[in-house]
Amino acid sequence: MDFKTPLAKATGLGSAKSGTTHWWMQRVSAVAMIPLTIWLLIFLQLCLTATYQETLAWLASPLNSVCLLAWILSAFHHAASGMQVVVEDYVGNEGAKIITVWVIKLSIGFLALAALLAEFRTLAITG
Amino acid sequence: MAEFTLPKNSVVTEGKTFPAPQGASNTRRFEIYRWNPDSGENPRIDSYLLDMDECGPMVLDAMLKIKNDIDSTLTFRRSCREGVCGSCAMNINGKNTLACTKAIDSYPGTIKIFPLPHMQVVKDLVPDMTHFYAQYASIKPWIATQTPAPADSERLQSHEDRAKLDGLYECVLCACCSTSCPSYWWNSERYLGPAVLLQAYRWLVDSRDENTGARLDELEDPFKLYRCHTIMNCTDTCPKGLNPAKAIAETKQMLVKRQLG
Repeated sequence: MDFKTPLAKATGLGSAKSGTTHWWMQRVSAVAMIPLTIWLLIFLQLCLTATYQETLAWLASPLNSVCLLAWILSAFHHAASGMQVVVEDYVGNEGAKIITVWVIKLSIGFLALAALLAEFRTLAITG
Repeated sequence: MAEFTLPKNSVVTEGKTFPAPQGASNTRRFEIYRWNPDSGENPRIDSYLLDMDECGPMVLDAMLKIKNDIDSTLTFRRSCREGVCGSCAMNINGKNTLACTKAIDSYPGTIKIFPLPHMQVVKDLVPDMTHFYAQYASIKPWIATQTPAPADSERLQSHEDRAKLDGLYECVLCACCSTSCPSYWWNSERYLGPAVLLQAYRWLVDSRDENTGARLDELEDPFKLYRCHTIMNCTDTCPKGLNPAKAIAETKQMLVKRQLG
């Protein structure tokens, strides 16, 4: 028999006193990706017809390298926080929820590091 | 995790049909969800053919006619019959609304009536509102002040500040919005839902309240508030024409403002 009052059930463990930063950064990264993705698509379109050397040279320019870095950071951050929200919405079991969020954050963090390393190595080639 | 089997009593069967009275020419079919916890049977859909020449104009009138003249076992809540008490909230032709303010003529053909979605059913069209009301109580829906009230007058409020409560105070807590919200369906143990968040906002913007910071602290939670993904079913379904989605958006804005200065 559960003698907890309805109010005790409704209040549960209380407020986490967080969530605004997560929500806000998801919006900030979404807005940041609008210009960055347009830039990326143009860049990739140019790369399709450019030579390897030309591509490297474009990538090495400060503006392009910073844009690519910014795109990688925003996109991976946005993906991780968005997927976390989806899991929190649909996975009811607490244990499964926590493990899935861990897996998402660690794998996306790993992919983000791989993408950053790839860019740094490309930049290293161009000197 | 996801459940692949339906919970008990999910399969709805076909029930009885109550024919129209002899000689009725203007008939309308009402299909109503029935479930009796004492029978041990699955829910069923009973069909009632009503003579519309002998029936009032609203869906609630039809239900009362069924209960009074045809089948007294039909169970539902109702009280004010004018959209003020919020008792007769139910799902009519796929949309949550108040049976008393919805005209039968606003629907073509058969009218299908179900209880509010994703709530435990007590009987027929009566959902268990215990948790919903407890969530409402949890936001402390009353004024909180430290300053004593003026000795010889009430706490004053400018016309502009009073106007901020318009569109909020009219809420009758019928739960049409909360039970139309998929986020509330999946996470109602922790997500407060649009109705309760609209009420929370009603106290956040009340110029006489001195507890705004603590109220925001209580709401700042990934589940209590941030399960709202601006789906907008709440605003779409509100039988009083209110906008809970906007109240939630304004609450989020207050939280961001507090952090960013």
